[in-house]
Amino acid sequence: MSDTVDTPKLPKDLAAEKGLVNVQIDGHWIQVPRGTRMIEACRMAEAQVPHYCYHPKLSSPGNCRMCLVQMGMPPRLAPGAEPTFNDEGFQDIGWMPRPVIACANTVGENMGIRTQGDLVKKTREGVMEFLLINHPLDCPICDQAGECSLQEFSVEHGRGQSRFIDDKVKKPKNVDIGPRVNLDDERCIMCSRCVRFMEEVADDPVLGFTERGTHTTLSCHPDRKLDSNYGMNTIDLCPVGALTSKDFRFQMRVWFLKETNSIDTNCATGCNTTIWTRGNEIYRVTPRLNNDVNSEWMPDSHRLAFHEVQGDDRLTDPMIKADGTHEVTNWQIAIEATSDALKQFEGSEIAIVASARQTNEELFLTKTLAGIVGSKSISTVPRMGEADGKLISADRNPNSNGAKLIFAQDDPSSGLDTIKVGLSNGSIKAIIALGEDLIDDAGFSHDELAAAELIVSTNIKANATAQASDIVLPSSSFAEKRGTMVNVTGRLQRLNQAVQAPGNAHDDWEILRDIILNYTGEANDMYMLEDIVKVIAQTIPAFEGVTLSKIGDQGIQLLETGVTIPLLEKEKQRVENREIVG
Amino acid sequence: MAEVKKLKRPELNTGEKLYLIALAKGAMVTLKHAVKSVTGKSRGATGLNSSGLGITMQFPEQRWDDFLPEYYRGAPALVTDEQDRERCVSCQLCEFICPPKAIKIIPAEIPADDEWAKVEKRPKEFDIDMTRCIYCGMCEEVCPEQAIYLRKEYLITGTSREDMVHNKAKLYEIGGKRVGLVNKWNELK
Ligand code: SF4
Ligand code: SF4
Ligand code: SF4
Ligand code: SF4
Ligand code: FES
Repeated sequence: MSDTVDTPKLPKDLAAEKGLVNVQIDGHWIQVPRGTRMIEACRMAEAQVPHYCYHPKLSSPGNCRMCLVQMGMPPRLAPGAEPTFNDEGFQDIGWMPRPVIACANTVGENMGIRTQGDLVKKTREGVMEFLLINHPLDCPICDQAGECSLQEFSVEHGRGQSRFIDDKVKKPKNVDIGPRVNLDDERCIMCSRCVRFMEEVADDPVLGFTERGTHTTLSCHPDRKLDSNYGMNTIDLCPVGALTSKDFRFQMRVWFLKETNSIDTNCATGCNTTIWTRGNEIYRVTPRLNNDVNSEWMPDSHRLAFHEVQGDDRLTDPMIKADGTHEVTNWQIAIEATSDALKQFEGSEIAIVASARQTNEELFLTKTLAGIVGSKSISTVPRMGEADGKLISADRNPNSNGAKLIFAQDDPSSGLDTIKVGLSNGSIKAIIALGEDLIDDAGFSHDELAAAELIVSTNIKANATAQASDIVLPSSSFAEKRGTMVNVTGRLQRLNQAVQAPGNAHDDWEILRDIILNYTGEANDMYMLEDIVKVIAQTIPAFEGVTLSKIGDQGIQLLETGVTIPLLEKEKQRVENREIVG
Repeated sequence: MAEVKKLKRPELNTGEKLYLIALAKGAMVTLKHAVKSVTGKSRGATGLNSSGLGITMQFPEQRWDDFLPEYYRGAPALVTDEQDRERCVSCQLCEFICPPKAIKIIPAEIPADDEWAKVEKRPKEFDIDMTRCIYCGMCEEVCPEQAIYLRKEYLITGTSREDMVHNKAKLYEIGGKRVGLVNKWNELK
């Protein structure tokens, strides 16, 4: 026993105790977990390895060969020989003369990796040259230009000029492989990411390769289309411009677009998104990595939903109904009219139809407004659909959990029927509708609405409720405001403003604040969204200590609802089985 | 790591510090031109002889056109080629590079029944705001399709701001046809 105390431990033993191994990357030793892929180890050492086919969320076929690096291990010992260690405690590395792929090999103790040097440089140049042999000169018309790995790596690792003098192989171009995706086979580099995604994540294996050699062609199953609701994720995955979006096709070059991190508000999952804008227009929405919410994917239906808020039917000015027609007015008059009108009613005669599409801040002010006018009838509108067993949640309201917390009710939508009854028996005479269409969404009949003496509504669009309202207050869509929401698993996430609301439309929380201030006659002490976040953090226990910056871009787990997201569970299982890196 | 190199301003000698010498040199140049023009030997004198001394152009009766050097940079314009194909594919690189942001392009897809459907993309709208353009030639230099050139068009007038915006039709009118360019979209493509 005394022996072990005397001999100092070698780095390999120290690392092994923690389940780590020592790897030398470009001359520096680092410790990484046992079983790490070489490419991931290089990433940890901040030595980027260019790659096409490797994707941490998919299996690694190792077919593009872009990630070749030089590897070395201690030379194998002669029988009976003891390993020798240098001053640092490592064995000398014997470098292999041929490169290996970094994406599918795992690290080992005392391994050396070179991501630089002559061998690696030459290899990359060679791989790039082969990839570009038949590649069309399409960059000026290719939607991927500006975010294309082939462009990036050929600048970084390519040889600059082609030595190929033969005619290029022709393949199908502008192929319609699905309702939302376009394929250009000449641009495909056969990385098979899309094939693997459709098989492993979307569970709809419709893509595959036909032909062989330079004629290899990506094709869709002849009787099928790439019409899965997750199909558009292949567009983001495709490192080149082979798969492009029909919706975004030729709309704008990506280098003009500004990225804003936000979340999807079409269901309770709250997929993390990036909103791409130029000027005041949204051009596309893409998923953003969040391993606690949506991995790297999102459903097509939610991705394209942004078009709804860019229509011509957006409300731009506050309006007051006089003699049956709506007249445009200014905010001051509209807010004053609202609070004057509300004062004509007893608190018990006023009902508030709130929405679980509102942010926590808006819900909080809604509750405050209810308290001030003395209303006891306040309810959100349920919006149930079918879960798809992947990302889409059955609850299509993005902030039901937020409404539960803020209203301190188990089912904040339970009061809706009482409001309907109240309207028909005359005990409720005034309605404040916040962002919900009373007819289409809340299921009120035209008769019930006609019974109301006063309807005030905030709306983004000219819908039936706006038509029936005495006072219409134009508000902001998900992309035009900031705020927080709690998703189905209990994660608090943040919306960010990507564009300006059209015309004179206001942010929802400001509308609510202005009504409250006008009603009470108090002086304003809420100037920014942060001010409400602070008040919520102080008054609602679940939100204690929450600030916008703490929520950040990845959100924070506010509560444990016990609900899981099926796609994430499947992914975790695959990580555990060591099929993917994750 | 980038190396920082310190450059020293060259020292002026006494002769150079005395600006009188430079002044005299300048005066000599002026004098030379004065003598040339009085003796009718200035550049373009025959063409401009209507002005007596042959140094003042009687604009607009006389025009610049014949006197412009080969490298003259006038209004930027779009060109078509021998096959009457509009060369611009609305890649928007010129819009990106243009320093004063004079160019605005709205791209569109070429319909499937068009003769040039294989090019896939062309501009739906292409506007150059000539109140902004500084004739720098960056658009010509950046264009990957040899589609935009600074032509010898210098008479750019208008009575309103809108007049000064050249739209797609106007740009093709100024640009005209240009032959001998690389035919990238050939039958092999
Ligand atoms: S895939 Fe990339 S390299 Fe190929 S044409 Fe498109 S942008 Fe250019
Ligand atoms: S289409 Fe794109 S993702 Fe699919 S194999 Fe080709 S290059 Fe890879
Ligand atoms: S750079 Fe050339 S091809 Fe591209 S948009 Fe401008 S004129 Fe058209
Ligand atoms: S010449 Fe210069 S300023 Fe004028 S349009 Fe071209 S890039 Fe813009
Ligand atoms: S990334 Fe390793 S072979 Fe493609």
